[in-house]
Order: sequence, then C-alpha cells, then structure tokens
Amino acid sequence: MKAWLEHHAHSLRVALGRFRDAPLAALFTVLVMGVAITLPAGLYVLMHNLQQAAGGLTPQAEVSVFFKLDATEQTARRLAAELQAQDEVAGARFVSREAALERMRGTGLGEIAASLEENPLPHAVVVTSREADPGALSALAERMRRHPEVDRVSLDSDWARRLAALLRLAGDAVWALAALLGLALAAIAGNTIRLQIYAQREEIEVARLIGATDRFIRRPFLYFGALQGLFGGLAAWLLIGLLQRLMQGSVAELAAAYGSRFQLAGLGLQEGALLLGVSALLGLAGAWFAVIHTQRALNIP
Amino acid sequence: MIELNDVTKRYPGGHEAVSHLSLGIGKGELVFLTGRSGAGKSTLLKLIAAIERPTSGSAVVFGQNVGRLRRAALPYFRRNIGLIFQDHKLLYDRSVFDNAVLPLHIQGVTGQDAAKRVRAALDKVGLLKKERARPITLSGGEQQRLCIARAIVSRPQLVLADEPTANLDDAYAGEIMDMFRAFNQVGVTLLISTHDQELIRRYGGRALTLAEGKLA
Repeated sequence: MKAWLEHHAHSLRVALGRFRDAPLAALFTVLVMGVAITLPAGLYVLMHNLQQAAGGLTPQAEVSVFFKLDATEQTARRLAAELQAQDEVAGARFVSREAALERMRGTGLGEIAASLEENPLPHAVVVTSREADPGALSALAERMRRHPEVDRVSLDSDWARRLAALLRLAGDAVWALAALLGLALAAIAGNTIRLQIYAQREEIEVARLIGATDRFIRRPFLYFGALQGLFGGLAAWLLIGLLQRLMQGSVAELAAAYGSRFQLAGLGLQEGALLLGVSALLGLAGAWFAVIHTQRALNIP
Repeated sequence: MIELNDVTKRYPGGHEAVSHLSLGIGKGELVFLTGRSGAGKSTLLKLIAAIERPTSGSAVVFGQNVGRLRRAALPYFRRNIGLIFQDHKLLYDRSVFDNAVLPLHIQGVTGQDAAKRVRAALDKVGLLKKERARPITLSGGEQQRLCIARAIVSRPQLVLADEPTANLDDAYAGEIMDMFRAFNQVGVTLLISTHDQELIRRYGGRALTLAEGKLA
C-alpha cells in the first residue's frame, strides 16, 4: 500500500515536473482549454442568471381573480377562503390593493407607481391549480367571471409556460455545447499528451528495457492530462469571474433602468468544484485515449 | 541459467541473424561473446533479454521460456537482468543520480532506501562525486560507467553487456573489465559481447565465438 502510494506520488511529481520544464507550452494549452470550458460554463451561468431574473415563475396553471375597485377586502377574503376549499385548488392567495401596489414598486415599475395619485389596483385572489394542466381551472375561472363583485379573471399560465419552455430549450443548448466542447477538451488534452509521448520516446524505451510496466510508463502522462484539465477548469473559473466583473456594471445599469436591484451571480463554490472535477476527468480521458493509442503505435518491446 | 535450444532469429526480409544456435550458460559464469560485427552478438543478447523473440527454437532464461512470455510479464522478467548498452542509452535531461535511480523507481523503491543504493552503485563505478552532473558533461568512459551503475543498482542476477568497451581507450576498458570481474566474484552471471580479442586474452574466461549466427 505504501509502495503503491509512493508510486503515485512519484508519478504526480514527474507530471508536475513536466509543467515546470515547459511552462509556456503548458500555459498555452491550459488557456485554450480554459476558453473551451468558459464557453459552456459561461453560458450556464448566464442561463442561471436569466432563470433567477425570471424568478419564481412557475409554469403552474394560475388563475388571477381581480375584483371591482369598490369591492371590499372582506368580500375578497371570503371568496379566497371558499376557493381554497375546492378540490382542484392548491392555493388561493389573497392580494390586497396595497400589497399589489407594493409589489409593483418592487418589480421595476417603481417610477410608474410613484407617479400615481391614487392606487388603481384592485384586490385580487391568485388561485394555483394542483395540476399543471391549465384546463383544470377553466371551469372555475368561468364561474368566477359570473361573480358580481369580480371585474376580470385571467387564466395566465401560458406566458409562464412559454418562458419556461424557452429557458429549457436554451438549457438543452448549453448542455449540447458543453458536450461538444468537452469532446474538444479531451481531444486537446490527448493531443498534447501524444506529442509528449513522442518527445519522450527514448525515455519510454529505456524504462521499458529496464523493467518498467506499461502502467508505470502511462501513469505520469495520465496525471499530466488530469492536471492539465484541472488547470484548464481553474482558468475557466477565473475567466468567468473576470467576465462577471466586466459585465456587472452594465447589468446593474440595465437592472436599475427597470427599477430592479438584480445582481449578476457568478459560479458558486459547489458549481466551481464540479467544473474542476469534470475538467480534470475530461483531461484524464483524453490522456488515457492518447496514451493507449500511442503506446500501441510506438510498439516498444 | 540460460539455455538456448536450436534458436533461429530471422528478421523481416529474410536475414538470419542467429541460426540454429544452441548453448548453455550456468549460474555465476563470466562468458565472453565474440565475433565480427554482424555475427549476431547483439541479436543473441536481445533474444536473452526478451527484446527480440526467436523465430524458432526455445530460449529459456531463469527457467522461463522467453519466446512465450506475455507482454505484461516482460517487465518482471527484465528486472532480473542488468542491461549495458554500447550507446549507453542514458537520459540526458536528468542528473547522473536520477539516471541511476530509474530502475529502483520502476521497482517501487523510492526515498532514502533508493538513494543509499544508488550511491553505493555510483561509488562502485567511481562516479559518486558526479551524482549531480548531467550525463552530457561526462566523458565516454564515465557515461559507460553510469550505464553500468544503472544496470547493477537493482542487484540483478544476470548482466548482459553489449560491446561495453567498444568506444573506450585501453585504460578505461581495463577499468570496466575489472569492475565486471568484481561483480562476477560476488555471484553475478555476466555475458559480455566484444570484438576485442586482446581483451579476452588478457582476462581469460569462457569465450563463445559467433560467425554468421552460429557458434564457430
């Protein structure tokens, strides 16, 4: 066990030594890999931010019941309680006129709200369905429309569903891009290793002649590949942080223009760790493929 | 220790480097292998070290049929053999010490253990003071001695030397022969190829002469 660990520590040292011996070449490769990782990872971050900005938009079927302006809060609350008792209803939330105005201030329409002399918003009840099927609430919506105190009823799940579908589509695109660039990453890592193996052909030959196993010869190259991926991931993390900083100003400005305090979020610690792990694995996979293939091509007895 | 039975090695293209050769070498022997260039000396050594496989016949070394060894078994087989090359096959991107320590690292010996054994081997070949030097700064004789140190550092039972004195002047060649004699006295089996008849006359011992792939 100890010998085995020492073996690995030795391979790791050899691999790190190779970075030290050719720092410029290593830097360039790491940069290329970093950029290749930044593309999908950056898009992922952007998507995540978009979802955050679209915040809390569930594609659940939702019916909003708006009362007439002269309807009392008591009437509205009573109706909310009645709706709550229905089987198909998951929740019926009463939103008072004051609360609605408050919300308007908070969601980017603050200036408009401030310019109003009196509150134009009615009391409302927002009903959410137990099922995602928007049809489930249509009968209920119809009944509400006939209520004398109700001004307007809107069945407003469609746009939320469309947005959710769009975000999902973009999410799929990010994954497809990630898969493609992951492949590119493994190829870059593999090619570097292949060149390295040819450059060290002599050493491999000597090692083989004095009793090195194929595994012993492979191991430093595999470590090198994994480290290269890891450093590439690290570079990508830094690049994303940099981009986030660069864009922070303009995003804040844009958000302010909508009266929002939205902030661009970067890559979290967990996501960052995952990024490093996946990059290292891809580097390792590329190295593995290259080493096996090149070792066979060299055909050293 | 080495048993060759009717061994033939034919290279692609039809050249027969070794042809129907049979010989036996016992444990603890010191044997010279002689003959002109192209007589098959190098090929014979390669067959014994399992670098080449016989086209026909059997080569049995340490009781193992070399021609039938699987690739995965080769490293463990070779760890019992110290190989000394005419062209040294040193690695010029690392120090003398790091060249000599390679066989130990390969066998999983690292740290102080390895360092002690490397220094002992370098001491034996008179290179202890140069352990930090790069091989390229060494003379031809010193490079050959480093190659010898690397071959003996893991204490192999058998040492195969291919023209170890070919590029050296007489004084260096003598030193190296004295070294081989000393290894032999502690029980190492040696097979040394050389075309230098004078050397064999001076040092004596069993000599096998090869001509056109056959024992003459």
